Amino acid sequence: MQEVENKEFIPTIVAFCCNWCSYAGADLAGTSRLEYPANVKIIRVPCSCRVNPMFILKAFQSGADGVILCGCHPGDCHYMTGNYYTRRRMSLLFSFLNYLGIEKERTRVEWVSAAEGARFSMVMNDFAAKIKELGENKRLQDLRIKGDR
Amino acid sequence: MQRIGVFICWCGSNIAATVDVEKVSEVIKQEKGVVFATNYQYMCSENGQQIIKNAIKEYNLTGIVIGSCSPRMHEATFRKAAQAAGLNPYMVEVANIREHCSWIHKDRAEATEKAIILVRTAIAKVLLNTPLAEGESPVTKRALVIGGGIAGIQTALDIAEAGFEVDIVEKNATIGGRMAQIDKTFPTLDCSACILTPKMVDCAQNEKIDILSYSEIESVQGFVGNFTVTIRKKARYVDENKCTGCKVCMQYCPSKKGLNEFNMNMNTRTAIYIPFAQAIPNVAVIDPEQCIKLKTGKCGVCKLKCSAGAINYDMKDEFIERKYGAIVVATGFKPIDLDNFNEYAYKDSKDVITSLELERLMNAAGPTNGVLLRPSDNAHPKDITFIQCVGSRDVSGCGKPYCSKICCMYTAKHAMLIREKYPDTRVHVFYIDVRTPGKNYDEFYRRAVEQYDVDYIKGMVGKVFPMANGKLLVQGSNLLDNEQIFIESDLVVLATAIEPEPSVRKIATLLATSIDTNNFLTEAHPKLRPVESPTAGIYLAGVCQGPRDIPETVSMASACAAKVIGLLVKDKLKTNPCIALTNENMCNGCSQCANVCAYGAISYIEKEFRLGGGKTEVRRVSYVNPAVCQGCGACTVTCPSGAIDLKGFSSKQIMSEVETICKK
Amino acid sequence: MDKNDFLELANTDVKKCMKCGKCSARCPSFDEMDIKPHQFVSYLAEGKIDKLLVSKSIWTCLSCLACVERCPRGVAPQSVIEAIRDTVTRKAGANGLSAEDIPPILDDDVPQQLLVAAYRKYNK
Repeated sequence: MQEVENKEFIPTIVAFCCNWCSYAGADLAGTSRLEYPANVKIIRVPCSCRVNPMFILKAFQSGADGVILCGCHPGDCHYMTGNYYTRRRMSLLFSFLNYLGIEKERTRVEWVSAAEGARFSMVMNDFAAKIKELGENKRLQDLRIKGDR
Repeated sequence: MQRIGVFICWCGSNIAATVDVEKVSEVIKQEKGVVFATNYQYMCSENGQQIIKNAIKEYNLTGIVIGSCSPRMHEATFRKAAQAAGLNPYMVEVANIREHCSWIHKDRAEATEKAIILVRTAIAKVLLNTPLAEGESPVTKRALVIGGGIAGIQTALDIAEAGFEVDIVEKNATIGGRMAQIDKTFPTLDCSACILTPKMVDCAQNEKIDILSYSEIESVQGFVGNFTVTIRKKARYVDENKCTGCKVCMQYCPSKKGLNEFNMNMNTRTAIYIPFAQAIPNVAVIDPEQCIKLKTGKCGVCKLKCSAGAINYDMKDEFIERKYGAIVVATGFKPIDLDNFNEYAYKDSKDVITSLELERLMNAAGPTNGVLLRPSDNAHPKDITFIQCVGSRDVSGCGKPYCSKICCMYTAKHAMLIREKYPDTRVHVFYIDVRTPGKNYDEFYRRAVEQYDVDYIKGMVGKVFPMANGKLLVQGSNLLDNEQIFIESDLVVLATAIEPEPSVRKIATLLATSIDTNNFLTEAHPKLRPVESPTAGIYLAGVCQGPRDIPETVSMASACAAKVIGLLVKDKLKTNPCIALTNENMCNGCSQCANVCAYGAISYIEKEFRLGGGKTEVRRVSYVNPAVCQGCGACTVTCPSGAIDLKGFSSKQIMSEVETICKK
Repeated sequence: MDKNDFLELANTDVKKCMKCGKCSARCPSFDEMDIKPHQFVSYLAEGKIDKLLVSKSIWTCLSCLACVERCPRGVAPQSVIEAIRDTVTRKAGANGLSAEDIPPILDDDVPQQLLVAAYRKYNK
């Protein structure tokens, strides 16, 4: 524990990316060699609307410091209306998390298309910097997980 | 016990330069469940795939993880390799350590650490994978086209050309649609009927095409490849197989006051009638609202006069059930009602007409036999004023917010035809913008201005006053001269906005496909899938999807046919196995999942459950149709009891991925 | 006051205008106006407030709302005219009536009471 505190804080960031847009956007960021921090780890989902609020709670419980959810731009959803569900569900969840003391900057929904490699990298850089600024997330963390460190 | 194999690809130096692949495979070997881990220069190569196949067999692997480029690139390749070695292709997971790792990080230690976590995450997922099988569903090799206008006709002809059977369901007594009502077509000014009627005859003569006129869709069941459609054949009171189209009945019918819909109600027709001379099928129909026999029981003249014995006053609506593999919607349009536009005096004066009415007035088969006469007094109009954008681009709630697209061109056409035929007339056109994109379109409009001397006025009309002398005073603005102008006109023609045929809303509901606020059907993708509806197996042709002219409608119809043929040539359809599945024991039948499903893939079934002790219970549970579900997962999140899950992206799998990423 | 103040005062979205001129087409005071109703909308959109403030049209507009009624885009040209008129008539803080203005318009028929009322109403 002592050791962890002395080291530079590297946040853990989980990014849920829609297979049809932002996952491909992340691929494009890769192909274009646009850097973003290595602590951003991407989970592929078929659509942003597949992301259950439980997954985000689980991430915070497991020790994530920030969770970002990327989907297609409104109107461009591969499944027509999926991202609208995402938008509604997440605005509800995020305000709830904020109420629980999770700073609202720790959660974010972004629309990134398959063509926006540069935007993907920019969003991730920005988000990672913000989370680093906020420091470690302690609110929802499962203490048993913390003990493992 | 799972036995996982891990294969790390160097991708030449693309991955190996930044990620220590040797270290990754060494570390991963220690992971729980992993029995084999290796790395190789090019995993996607023939040799690389062979390594995978050999390992699957040698180590009896139950699942594999490939650390390589994006799954969007080579997931299919690796799945095929696994399948060849006897492993279920859905027991393969790809960790993206190129696009998401080696290419974006410079620090070797950092990239290697991330690659290890990404591979671990994929392992966590594959441990929870279940073998999935692509479903198969048979394809009924017959297509249904709803609507018999030019869109439906072209689609049917193209599908029939490829050798498939196709039915056209048309709600009116004849096919032909709006194009049959049009006099001339832009930009070539060829006669509409001359190019349309041969196509109608082709439809009638084609053995593969069955025209169900005077019929409507009653219900639709099923899904792509397997639709069952009930069609209501409305009582026509004339036997289609017996009627020869001789029209003797029409000569003797005493009821002559029915409004002639084909001529936009500008003249009358008999109660038994054939809509127009070239109608297909060339079979009479009785209008029950006008027929004296059907209303009072006393008449029967047509039956007496019909030598073919085709008249049957006791005919009832008939229901036909047919199976189809694909459905094309081609329901077309109608001009909007002008109730909200009192300023143009459409209701007050007979001499204010819509453009479609003008088409009939100019047509040789129309109410005036093609002579342009004022409806009020049958005089030759000398001053004719056209008003564009009547109800189009209107966000005030009176009209439609969209541009109807065809009005600028047909108004130029009308102006030109009138000036050509009656050079002594003065033609004025009030316009807001003239929009003429298209091959030879702007040239066409400029010809109206330059060659035919049509007076185009930039501005809009504020009011049309019917005057005591029978003329119409048109008050408008001329914006370029910054003047308010008054034009005494004999005839005012309104370029009325078009809207989708109102019946399309019911059809969209029956087909479980989506429709926008303007009643246009929604396409699957605005650029890349313009003729497919989001519902698999449903295609869109013509104005039902958005305003368009004849050439565009015909291209869209042929595109639809190509899509339908592509579907019907298949014997079986492979279905994506990564779809939603209901756990019936947990489902409480609340309908939430069906409400969010954009594809109508979820229905409800009554199912019997054993309660123990010999007792059973029938409950309503959700059922996901595997042929229709597209696998977005919207339903899985919405289910309050967590009864519905997505195969291949199950909640447990994603949770496990989350946990692995966060583990430090 | 700048363009934004007038936009707020007019409370109508001038950007929605598609320049069809239907407002001016039906204006009963059109001939009496130096700046026409459709120009009020475009001048405001372009920020040409100075020209509007000296326009005579604000005194000839009847506020009959025909322009508002006819607009297919839901813009209210009359609201723009009203905003300008209000600004011109209610110059904030300025004297509405000065003592020197009175003698020329003084008339035997004008009741004294009215003058008193006018002083109360138009002086700060």
